[in-house]
Amino acid sequence: MAEYSVFSLIRNALGGHKDWIRAWRDPEPKKHYDVIVIGGGGHGLATAYYLARNHGITNVAVLEKGWIGGGNVGRNTTIVRSNYMLDGNAHFYEHSLKLWEGLSRDLNYNVMFSQRGVLNLGHSDGQMDAYARRGNTMRLNGVDAELLDRKDVQRLYPHLDFSAAARFPIYGGLLQARGGTARHDAVAWGFARGADRLGVDIIQNCEVTGFERDGNRVTGIQTTRGTIGCGRVGMAVAGNTSRVAAMAGLRLPIESHVLQAFVSEPLKPLVDGVITYGAGHFYISQSDKGGLVLGGDLDFYNSYAQRGNLPTVEHVMACGLAMMPYLGRVRILRGWGGLMDMSMDGSPIISKTPIDNLYLNAGWCYGGFKATPGSGYVFAHTIANDTPHDFNKAMTLDRFATGHLIDEGGKGPTPKLH
Amino acid sequence: MIFGRVAIEQSHRLPTGGEIDRLAPLPFRFDGKAYRGYAGDTLASALLANGVTVVGRSFKYHRPRGVLSAGPEEPNALVELRGGGRKEPNSRATMIELFAGLEATSQHRWPSLALDIMELNDLASRFLVAGFYYKTFMGFPGWRFYEKRIRAAAGMGSGTVEWDPDRYEHMNTHCDVLVAGGGPSGLAAALMAGRAGARVILVEETDGLGGRLRSERETIDDKPAMGWVAKTRAELADMDEVRVLTRTTAFGCYDDNMVGALERVADHLAAPPEHMARQRLWHIRAGRVILATGAIERPLVFGGNDRPGVMLAGAVRSYLHRFAVTPGKRAVVVANNDDGYRTALDLARAGVEVMQVLDTRPAGAGAWRERAVAAGLDVMQRAAVVNAYGRMGVVGCDVATLDGHGGVGDTRYVPCDLIAASGGWSPSVHLHSHGDGKADWDDGIAAFVPGANRLGHVSVGAARGRFGLAEALSDGLKAGAEAAKACGFAIGAHPDTPITDEIATAPLKAIWSIPGPTDRTVKRFVDLQDDVTIDDIALAHREGFVSVEHLKRYTTLGMGTDQGKTSNITGHALLAEARGQPIPTVGTTRFRPPYTPVAMAAFAGAERGLHFSPVRRSAMHDWHAEHGAVFVEAGAWLRPQYYLRPGVTKAKAVMDRAIETEVRAVRSKVGLVDVSTLGKIDIQGPDAAEFLNRVYANGFKALPVGKARYGLMLREDGIVDDDGTTSRLGDTHYLMTTTTAHAAKVLADLEWYLQVVWPDLDVRVTSVTEQWAAMALAGPKAREVLAAAADHGTAVSNDALPYLGVINGSIAGVPVRLFRISFSGELGYEVNVPADWGTSVWEALIAAGEPHGITPYGMEAMGILRIEKGHVTHAELDGRITLDDVGMGRMASSKKWFVGRGMLDKPAFIDPERPKLVGLVPVDGKTRIPAGAILVADPATPPPVPKLGHVASSAYLSPTVGHPIALGFLARGRDRLGETVWAVFPLRNLSVQVKVVEPCFVDPEGSRLHV
Amino acid sequence: MIRIPCPHCGPRDHAEFSYAGDATKIRPADPDAATAADWHDYVYFRDNPRGPHMEYWHHTQGCRAYVKVLRDTSTHEVLAAGMPGDTLEAGR
Repeated sequence: MAEYSVFSLIRNALGGHKDWIRAWRDPEPKKHYDVIVIGGGGHGLATAYYLARNHGITNVAVLEKGWIGGGNVGRNTTIVRSNYMLDGNAHFYEHSLKLWEGLSRDLNYNVMFSQRGVLNLGHSDGQMDAYARRGNTMRLNGVDAELLDRKDVQRLYPHLDFSAAARFPIYGGLLQARGGTARHDAVAWGFARGADRLGVDIIQNCEVTGFERDGNRVTGIQTTRGTIGCGRVGMAVAGNTSRVAAMAGLRLPIESHVLQAFVSEPLKPLVDGVITYGAGHFYISQSDKGGLVLGGDLDFYNSYAQRGNLPTVEHVMACGLAMMPYLGRVRILRGWGGLMDMSMDGSPIISKTPIDNLYLNAGWCYGGFKATPGSGYVFAHTIANDTPHDFNKAMTLDRFATGHLIDEGGKGPTPKLH
Repeated sequence: MIFGRVAIEQSHRLPTGGEIDRLAPLPFRFDGKAYRGYAGDTLASALLANGVTVVGRSFKYHRPRGVLSAGPEEPNALVELRGGGRKEPNSRATMIELFAGLEATSQHRWPSLALDIMELNDLASRFLVAGFYYKTFMGFPGWRFYEKRIRAAAGMGSGTVEWDPDRYEHMNTHCDVLVAGGGPSGLAAALMAGRAGARVILVEETDGLGGRLRSERETIDDKPAMGWVAKTRAELADMDEVRVLTRTTAFGCYDDNMVGALERVADHLAAPPEHMARQRLWHIRAGRVILATGAIERPLVFGGNDRPGVMLAGAVRSYLHRFAVTPGKRAVVVANNDDGYRTALDLARAGVEVMQVLDTRPAGAGAWRERAVAAGLDVMQRAAVVNAYGRMGVVGCDVATLDGHGGVGDTRYVPCDLIAASGGWSPSVHLHSHGDGKADWDDGIAAFVPGANRLGHVSVGAARGRFGLAEALSDGLKAGAEAAKACGFAIGAHPDTPITDEIATAPLKAIWSIPGPTDRTVKRFVDLQDDVTIDDIALAHREGFVSVEHLKRYTTLGMGTDQGKTSNITGHALLAEARGQPIPTVGTTRFRPPYTPVAMAAFAGAERGLHFSPVRRSAMHDWHAEHGAVFVEAGAWLRPQYYLRPGVTKAKAVMDRAIETEVRAVRSKVGLVDVSTLGKIDIQGPDAAEFLNRVYANGFKALPVGKARYGLMLREDGIVDDDGTTSRLGDTHYLMTTTTAHAAKVLADLEWYLQVVWPDLDVRVTSVTEQWAAMALAGPKAREVLAAAADHGTAVSNDALPYLGVINGSIAGVPVRLFRISFSGELGYEVNVPADWGTSVWEALIAAGEPHGITPYGMEAMGILRIEKGHVTHAELDGRITLDDVGMGRMASSKKWFVGRGMLDKPAFIDPERPKLVGLVPVDGKTRIPAGAILVADPATPPPVPKLGHVASSAYLSPTVGHPIALGFLARGRDRLGETVWAVFPLRNLSVQVKVVEPCFVDPEGSRLHV
Repeated sequence: MIRIPCPHCGPRDHAEFSYAGDATKIRPADPDAATAADWHDYVYFRDNPRGPHMEYWHHTQGCRAYVKVLRDTSTHEVLAAGMPGDTLEAGR
């Protein structure tokens, strides 16, 4: 049973669910593909999907060293938003948000995109001015944004710390009502199924071990399942970008850092939307299952270990309680670490590379999940046309040389600060 | 305390035995109904003692659930404990120590535990299979509609919006040997390490030592094993270097043998007494870590295996022996290992009618089996429970023989109210796994055991799959000795392993699911809390979710509050069966901290409320407070925002007037502002001048002694980083000031350059921010005030202290440094004072200024004064700005190299279209220009609107020029002076036509500075 | 929590330090000889290895030394530590 709907669900329920077919096939790799996408995470799968859907390129393989969706698309805090200020980012993320808005139907897979609003709290006049600048820019770009004062925030979230005991009082906030959350795993599976249905081969347990080159072109990908010939190659392996790029002889403006995230025991609805604290790094939402999903700062050192340390955990929780003192007795159930591709200006790279037919999708820092559909969309465009889409034309690899940086935070080339 | 009538008086309590104190009855309530238990009970044991079978509801199907276990692995018996700000949802009844007056309520049901409307889900369960939600809810009226209902139905317990009144502590400590687990192996390890003289910490999750020994009838050296435990405990208590922490869970292993442990200091009390923390989070840095964490029993998967009354066999023994509770009156026992016989014998001994003992293994001999047969128990081999009946509690079950090929023989109904089941034991490898320890599959026990471990953690006893008592003891003794030795302690004679009277066990034979009736309404649960059945696992496999990660995410297997402690291995084994591959090939998931859930407040510790972040106050803080200062947070600092006159209350209009008064005072008379928060860095050494010349973009080599200079620092990428003045106090002695926000960063950067980049430079830097209070005296009368305040011998005339001059002097007998610098644009002096005397000098200046109408001013007035002068702060220098952008490009020295120079000529940095700093005034002369507004050519353009720049800082009213002013960045701004553009603020639906002017509104020639 | 052997202070918890990044990057010593590409490489590009990584940690809450550390980024294991001028090898 291929098509998902309430009717197919009922039909199957009556038949004991024996007729459901695999959500995606498990093919043997072919000898050659027109395009090979390295990385079966959200971005890689989305790229394959849009290559087939938008560009009619269906002789495509997605190579995944483990199981699809096992990287950052499966270890994030599921937040989706497009509240960016700089032109190089803003239009891209807004396009991505628009794709989210139709994604479940497009994929025939419920990714549970929930536009419950993303609220950034402000704790000083300076911060509110910065939010105003960002929000005004968003509005001028055609993106929704609302600037809230303290009373507005209190109406929305009456139980935040509005007391005199608040170390950093809440001045107001910037709300993007169209932002929200999605079911992260479903995004990977939905894109995988969508791509598969259009003919893309998703090849799991297939680790890339090297590139075969002919001059300045990649002719094949060496993998643990043999060498596979290719026309073009897209790389979407956030967290491990530097390692895979090194196999192709590329050095990149990227460091890998670990970012921890946490989920609490499931609770009845307690936190409606997505809220971020402004006087420390902390963000929280509540999953549909009831767990509070929260995160904060990086661990601040290069790491590929997918696990973090206690000081960061403790700081994240302290920030959480500074914002929501009533969560004190809520218990943290599980924590995990994702590998962040921290770029040197905090913005992603979706770009051609010095190698003719190798394309790079990397450097997502904290922000890769929300970009998933948009990233696949423009990366597919870039690969298919050998030229960037309007939305990613600023996200080049050479912007560091030209100075056209996209530094939303103004932090400079210290990746841990972005 | 009046606690109502006790309805049933512990109908299931044994008359003797157990660790409970029958002389200490404790009243408690569950769902409002009064019961009584004893000291030593858990809530679960007390409920069972009172014959309560249904304690909770499952997550998805809302099926009634009882108590499955007697430990932290409990998936079913979750309750809301306490109330108000102390309410704790999802609390495991098996881990709640009973106290007098305990109140718990059932959760995740409506309207009541017995009648839960959502149990309808159970009837609709054929539609609610794994992942059903991915396949529907995509159409009208949209996901948000369905989501609201799903969210309300999901969750388990409900939280609270009240604040937790309790306190939490953190404790840091070191030890040689940390032992996690106070069972026989852990005690033996601690004993050996302690005897060797090592500093030992033993943490034990429950309230007492002994581990499984508390729940079994075992002997050590021919005496009851708990006697050995008591003896060992006493010996450990006598060792100075040994600390035993009970009620303490080692929840996580982190890098380099840092173990996080949570001590539940007061959770066994109704409320912590005053001055006692509720919980204490330990950071234990250990030389060696010994994991004696025991094992967790697995349920068997059969029809209706979730019914209240189906219990783990080991838990049944715990309730019998530790709590003197019989969880049922008529029992059926089913197991794939000898624990079934052991349990049946114990039940029979306690007077429970054992209806049937079922061994799923093929017929064969075994010492335990023989004992059971000898005791007259009805033993069936190669047989199992295939279906249990009883919605609110087991009333009976079908038992049948197994044909070994997935089929069953004729079924026979056996009435019972308790089914004790054992599927074998899984070592608790969680902590081992936290440190990247691998797990190896052990076919003998059908479980993962600890494998290679980089951190050198040693697992002992049941934690490594050695379930016999003698092995546990010898394992512990050996590990304890080796750990102490590794930490440099001499080991005495190895004692003989104590003698036990264990009966040899026959090997377990794994059976991951028991074939059941074909009736589709019968469910066989793998994960009890999240209602994952074997059908869900089959469906996930059918749909290609064939890695354990996919399985867990698709079906939610192991995602409940128990984190799959009783379900993961069974689920993975079933997946392996479906894939036709061995379990280790299919793999297991990695465990991550915490082992059991930890409260957010325990992690936060003392960093709550005002203690979330330290507060920094200047030396003159109290003076400000006494004189009406309204404080505002500036990073960690509290600074006066403005001053209220006595008797005036805070209000927006009052604030605006106060700020205006302060600004006017500075421009027309004199004002005093506290600038202690600016970073101050003392720089000394023969190469100090060269060093400053390299870190500042402008030249510093020629700065003479006794002079100050404004300097700008770049980052290595060419962007402006920070600014401030640096003064040459002596030949090789400088004082640098930084912005408040970047003080720490600049110091760290200077240290970086000196230690890493230019180690050849002989320079030392140190922060003196805390050592010196600083205040700025500004205004036309500033010199008169300073002269009046200065002690004899401190000359402040224009000759003695010219613009940018620096001298030492004294005020009120206090040695001070005087800097003739100005941020306000007025004649100004910055006075640095040893911090302890800050207030004395401040007061002396105020007193000297009285005749001139001196006015203390705050950050708001300072902000307006600097905007009037076009001085930039971090509102402008936002980390994306070049020197040219703020009109300071010409300050950069072309004669030298400085940090960031290598980047200055990047195409984007020299693009003439870049926004440049400009001044902005409203064309109508009165409309405010809000900061954060965007500069555009035409406010009527529909989105996307081309943006020309933005407003960075704004003075809603400049008292000096009499209208609003602002600083902003505008594309080609320097070429647009005199033009008009629009400042739009769509968030508030505002737009202001503004004229572009020079970014300086007062005294552009700087004549006031030089008077 | 990583333990960093500070050459001045002895082994200390990493929470006392601020991470200061890749220590293999060498700032162009002679700025006059350095090309734009040299600066670009120094400021932006990293090897970012999975495995032993030479890096600096600033003992911010201790002696304020920049400690050079060889640390495995896949395990967080510290293999060696020394002063900025030291050449580090694993196990030293």
